[in-house]
Amino acid sequence: MPEQKVVDVDYLLLEAPRERKFITGAQAMAEAIKRANVDMAIAYPITPQSEVMHLVGDLWAQGYLKDYYRAEEEYGAFSAIAGAARGGVRVFTATSGPGLLRGLEAIASWPGHRIPAVLGVLTRVVNAPLSIQPDNIEISYLLNCGAVVLHAENQQDVFDFTLAAFAIAEMVDVYIPVAVATEGFFVTHAKGYVNMTPEDMKLPPRDPYKAPVPPTDCEVPPARIQRDAPVQKSNFMSYLIHAVWQQEIWSSNARAMKYIYKYLGGPIEVINPDAEVFVVASGCAAAQAREAVRYSQLEGLNVGLVKVKSIRPFPEKEIREVLKNAKGIVIPEHNIVGWLAREVRSVIPNNDRVVNGPRVYGGMTLPTELIMDEIYKILGIKKERKVLV
Amino acid sequence: MKRYNIRLAGVGGQGVVTSAHIIGNAMSNSGKYASLVPFFGSEKRMAPVEAYVRASDQPIYEVGEVIFPNVIMIYHPQVITHGKSYTMPFYSGLKENGIVIINTDRDILSDEDWKVLEDLNTKVINFPATTIALELAGTELATNMAMVGLFFGITRLVTEEDIEKAVKERFLGNTFVASGGTAALDSAIEKKFKKKVELLEKNMLVIKEAFKMAEREGWVEQEINAI
Repeated sequence: MPEQKVVDVDYLLLEAPRERKFITGAQAMAEAIKRANVDMAIAYPITPQSEVMHLVGDLWAQGYLKDYYRAEEEYGAFSAIAGAARGGVRVFTATSGPGLLRGLEAIASWPGHRIPAVLGVLTRVVNAPLSIQPDNIEISYLLNCGAVVLHAENQQDVFDFTLAAFAIAEMVDVYIPVAVATEGFFVTHAKGYVNMTPEDMKLPPRDPYKAPVPPTDCEVPPARIQRDAPVQKSNFMSYLIHAVWQQEIWSSNARAMKYIYKYLGGPIEVINPDAEVFVVASGCAAAQAREAVRYSQLEGLNVGLVKVKSIRPFPEKEIREVLKNAKGIVIPEHNIVGWLAREVRSVIPNNDRVVNGPRVYGGMTLPTELIMDEIYKILGIKKERKVLV
Repeated sequence: MKRYNIRLAGVGGQGVVTSAHIIGNAMSNSGKYASLVPFFGSEKRMAPVEAYVRASDQPIYEVGEVIFPNVIMIYHPQVITHGKSYTMPFYSGLKENGIVIINTDRDILSDEDWKVLEDLNTKVINFPATTIALELAGTELATNMAMVGLFFGITRLVTEEDIEKAVKERFLGNTFVASGGTAALDSAIEKKFKKKVELLEKNMLVIKEAFKMAEREGWVEQEINAI
């Protein structure tokens, strides 16, 4: 382990020199952890997340983390993460599909407990029949927890989003967890080029007193909170306490947006802002969408891309603005319910412009050709593709 | 733009996945782009194997298996004749104006197959890869090298030097130093190394012959319809 020097957050995220490496998405996440001055990681292994937590375990063995253990299962892991974070240390965990759902109650309680944890979500099929393949329906379950949810397209995004997640989570006016999601296998187990900050630089340590609520004194736990929890009463005060507290969580979530602008260049990326048809996509569907935009250019079609990096906070204003003159909107997704299409439809006028799909699920590949078919339909181009299936 | 979305289908033990890596590395050596996705079933000799490679002179963002290829490379005739394939029939998903390269000494396609492929305006190349491998390298294990050589012979995406470097990387590793000499190595390693160098030379003979054959037969392609 090289001697690491602490550098300023803005310097590390925005200015530090970078070196290009050809690595997997799982490695990219672990490389971000290496530079994030993380104190502790707790997780329970599940495919395809296990690659990430294995690498983080190696980091602990090399001395980058102070503590690391495998919990009994995800509910235990994420509850322990809450305990460690309330005790004042910087924490990281990761999971996939069924593991996320198993631990979801604990995760949903993180924002209210003001836990600035970073959670890696390496997507995998949930529900039966059992499968380990990269379907991303689990992200939709995460959207109402109060956490910031970022969706990474490729290995570079995984590195950038994960490192920035710690900075965003610990901003005093945010102070809620940040989830960094990406597709299992397609991103976690595939290699791509990643420009990385130097190994010998790390974020400043967490300052638990720079927080909206002070850390818990774990030696003398505040037992009164347990005994007199306001939710145990049915009175106006219990309603009010919960209501204002949750309002504050969602306001914190909205305030994360300015840091998403600062560190991630904004919640969306737009190619060809004057396009007639837009493909709106997040995660690795955005990579397929990028190809569709390029093919469209080759064919002389006026097609643009809106890549959505931040799902929570959702970039309502930005998406409404960029899509205001769009004739049609194609939303390719790796899940059956079309959660991104729902989000987009909920924030734009004339939302029948949104095409339902294309969607693949069960972990299938999302061929660019399916996106092109929707683009042709919107533009009224009759193109009989002679493909044999 | 040249963009090839390739499906490689063969049987276990033929080095299908190895040749996918060589195609990818050769593209990288020439400063171009490639991405690959191996797909194994049960990994055993003579069981079906598929691999997918995307190759282009432009960056590639797409991920996952190639569902709609414009190049299909069949490494073993049994992929077609015995249906040893995850993708049935072997041409499913093939786009118009594509290329199908079949390792065979003779025509093994049915009239029905021919009709389908002609309707798609497919360039079908019956290519005796195993025969060339046996003649020039003395082993059918070099079949995959012939297939790689022919692919690049047709597409001219890279030079023979780019391929040679990729083959060396694959078989000798990145630590190989051509001018380093082997005097310092003990005899066992030297023997093993010598064998590897011989293997490499034979592989290159096969690749070069396939490369030339594409020229001789007039199979060289200039552009390909990307979508």
